[in-house]
Amino acid sequence: MAKTDALQGSLDLLVLKILSRRPRLHGYAIMAAIADISGEVLRAEEGSLYPALYRMEEAGWIRAEWIKKDTGRRARIYELTAAGKKQLGAEESRWQSVSLAINRVLREA
Amino acid sequence: MSLWSRISNALHGERLNREIDEELQSHIEEAVASGRDRNEARHALGSTLRSREVSHSIRVVGWLESLRADLSFGWRQLCRNKVMTAAAVLSLALGIGSSVAAFRLIDALLWRPLPIAHSSSLYILSRKMTGFDGKPIEDNHWATPDFNLMRDAVKDQADLIAISDADRTDITWSTDDDMEKAHVVSISGNMFPLFGLQPALGRLLAPTDDRALGASPYAVLSWDYWNRRFGRDPHVLGRSLHIGDQTFEIVGVGPRDFTGTEKGTVTDIFLPLTMSSLATQDNVSWHRAFLMLKPGIDPATALEPLRQHLSAVNHVFNIAFTKSFHGAPQAQIDRYLNQTLAISPAGAGISDLQKEYRRLLGVLGLLVALVLLIACVNVANMMTAQAAARTQEMALRVSIGAGRRRLVQLILSQSTLLALFASILGAFFAAWSAPFVLSLVNPPDNPARLALPADWRVLLFGFALILLIVLLLGLFPALRASAVQPVTALKGGNDPHSPRRLMRGAIALQVAFCCLVLFLSSLFVASFQRLQNRPLGFSTDRILLLETVAGKGQLPVVWNQTADALRAVTGVDSVAIARWPLLGRIAINSDISINNATPSPTPAFFLSVSPGWLSTMKIPLVSGRDFNRDDTSPGAAIINQSFAKTFFPNQDPIGHTFARGANEHPYAIVGITPDAPYRDLREPNRPVFYVPFGEIDRVDNQSVPKTVDFATFTIHTDTQNPLALADTLRQLIAERHNGLRISNITTQLDLFRDQTVRERLLAMLAAFFAAVALLLAGIGLYAVLNYSVQQRRREIGIRMAIGAPRTRIVRLVTSDIFLMIVLGGCAGITLGLGTARYAESLFYQVKATDADMIALPTCAILLTALIAILPAVLRALRTNPTEILRAE
Repeated sequence: MAKTDALQGSLDLLVLKILSRRPRLHGYAIMAAIADISGEVLRAEEGSLYPALYRMEEAGWIRAEWIKKDTGRRARIYELTAAGKKQLGAEESRWQSVSLAINRVLREA
Repeated sequence: MSLWSRISNALHGERLNREIDEELQSHIEEAVASGRDRNEARHALGSTLRSREVSHSIRVVGWLESLRADLSFGWRQLCRNKVMTAAAVLSLALGIGSSVAAFRLIDALLWRPLPIAHSSSLYILSRKMTGFDGKPIEDNHWATPDFNLMRDAVKDQADLIAISDADRTDITWSTDDDMEKAHVVSISGNMFPLFGLQPALGRLLAPTDDRALGASPYAVLSWDYWNRRFGRDPHVLGRSLHIGDQTFEIVGVGPRDFTGTEKGTVTDIFLPLTMSSLATQDNVSWHRAFLMLKPGIDPATALEPLRQHLSAVNHVFNIAFTKSFHGAPQAQIDRYLNQTLAISPAGAGISDLQKEYRRLLGVLGLLVALVLLIACVNVANMMTAQAAARTQEMALRVSIGAGRRRLVQLILSQSTLLALFASILGAFFAAWSAPFVLSLVNPPDNPARLALPADWRVLLFGFALILLIVLLLGLFPALRASAVQPVTALKGGNDPHSPRRLMRGAIALQVAFCCLVLFLSSLFVASFQRLQNRPLGFSTDRILLLETVAGKGQLPVVWNQTADALRAVTGVDSVAIARWPLLGRIAINSDISINNATPSPTPAFFLSVSPGWLSTMKIPLVSGRDFNRDDTSPGAAIINQSFAKTFFPNQDPIGHTFARGANEHPYAIVGITPDAPYRDLREPNRPVFYVPFGEIDRVDNQSVPKTVDFATFTIHTDTQNPLALADTLRQLIAERHNGLRISNITTQLDLFRDQTVRERLLAMLAAFFAAVALLLAGIGLYAVLNYSVQQRRREIGIRMAIGAPRTRIVRLVTSDIFLMIVLGGCAGITLGLGTARYAESLFYQVKATDADMIALPTCAILLTALIAILPAVLRALRTNPTEILRAE
């Protein structure tokens, strides 16, 4: 549970960041990438991943596309849009200032 | 992109759900492929249903999706009752279409501002006075010298613009033979600049064209005429046209949308006012006077002082003018001087057509609105019945959590669908019917032309109408349905009678409207019939009228020789000459003096006719004789019976004399004819005297025949269609080269028909709407009673089972409906009596209070009601009690 709490409010940031590095991932791959890169520390709750993806798609930050995989299944893959890149910048700087602030509190309190 | 995708997703809800499911499924497959347990992965993803719901709501416009669902549900409902839906759509379409058509006509003729700058500061001057028959008249025609005085008096604050009526005038372009008619208007030079109009070609008339009499022989064509007659040929500039012995040079073409200030008539040619010989005459009121306030002048404060100022100037002019009334009685002079000058807004133009059709269009608008209301009530009834049948469904929806707003939306979307289909159909109907009605107004030789654009004004009206209908139709049933109490409704309903009560109220309303339509219609139809069947006193059968002009005038002997030549043509029965035809809208009166006495207050109308005219027109002689070739004017006269009664009461007038005014040469009365309408069918009989066609001047005791510049050959033909001879006769007159030219060919029957155009139109349309109203009311009654019987099947079955007689069942089913019909009928007739007072001027020899006028609509309603309720009553009587009780 503690793992997911850390994600609260920053799922968008993580998804955008992942997609900016590795475009054209499907939902499961995004989730796996977050877990993998964070050394299994951060795990997106699977139930809330998809609503978040749809929300970001509606906001125009990411776009989706159905592709046919080798297995014959269809998969919905996502990539960043120009608006998404801007949003990522904004989210990153917001995260920086928040974590800086938290660090300062931790140091000086 | 995002909103669009959400809208598109809303329209494809099922597909969206499939995609979401597929993506979630593929997520699980990936998880399994990466070595996780299928159940664990599914568990981690959470409830599929819930994530689909959440995801779905993110990706669609919620209200749009529910609207789509409601619309498709409404569509299915409409499809389920195809006959009812078709009836509803058709009746609504008829109502909407006629309303829009009526609006187009009314707007185009009465409301739409002229396409000029500052149309709102344009006014018209008129004078109110008492006519010679003691009735108040309003005249907005002025003499040019009077106009000039008034114009100079107010020039600091306002401009006065003179514009004559658009007269159909004979014009020629090159040779004398190709004479044609065009609507010619004389205007003061300041009209085009003040109206802010720009030429489409060349130049427009300017104030400089207004300086001196006869100094500016220039003409400007209207764009419409340029387009119609010359195919927009730019070389038209510089061409000359002839009117009588005047020649005008075309200097320009007016702007495209300006057709003159006279609504209903499209002006063809504009001429300077100062080119008319009438412009110098004190005693001829021939053009209208428009007033345009200068910029920055506030009409609220400026108009009344302006009016008083103008009134004073006009009064001074009139006093000077009455000095020329030699020998007129003082009462007549006083009556003339007692004028009130009025200033009224004229931004929408001014015309006789407006005056004549204002009330007619008002009545038409009322009839149309009533038919639309009946249609609405009908459809609302249908929807109430449906809603009542769906009470349980509504209750179920409310109890599983549907909001009231959602229910209202459900019903409103159904009525929107209905209104939408109806308005599409209605738009086609309106597009066709407005020009059609306008074409009915037209006398063939002088068509009324009115611009009927389907612009934003019409669209706005259409949308407002549809909105109103949707609300009328849907809101009431919707509010009712949404107020449903789920618990009581699901238990079987708390008050099963309430929808029936509502529907019965609607029936009363519908019958009242229908009665009003029928009542007014029967008044109009009766008026038309009485006018049509009015005994004329002359024949309209097989009479051809050749209206002929002689440019510089010809002696009567030339006219008589031409008549003789016409007489020789095979197929011609008899030929006579009159200055103008009866019912031809021309009327000239003169004062009558008996034995050199002061003229009596009643003037008489006259007409000069050749010998044989009376017999050609089949006008009999009561006593005396017809004219012969030796009679001249002044000399002999034939009078009608009204003349005899007015001027020679209780004596035989034959042999007596009278004169036109004191000290004039006397006429000796040689014959008396019965009364016949002279100018207007609707006018009461007036004193009329006929004088011989050959008029002579008695100068220095020598008798010199006067030349005649226009007259009408009146020809009785052998053939049933007198127009068949027209070409032969026209050619014959042209070949004689004696200066006579035909300017118009018509028949006496057409002149008669032209006079009944308004009544015919009104009677036709009123009868049509009455039939529609009756049909709609019948359908409404049938539907309500049918529903009511269906609802009460159980009750009827039980009553029958316990032995109620058939008459009782019939009474049970019909009594309250008949009460509603009687209530509605009374209300309708009362409304009708009130409305009839407003429309009184449109009736001819018919009174709203006549017993048969009230009986007719009442009978029609009752008959319709009987036919409409018969099926339901029969169904009630055929109810099988055993079946009902078994079902219980």
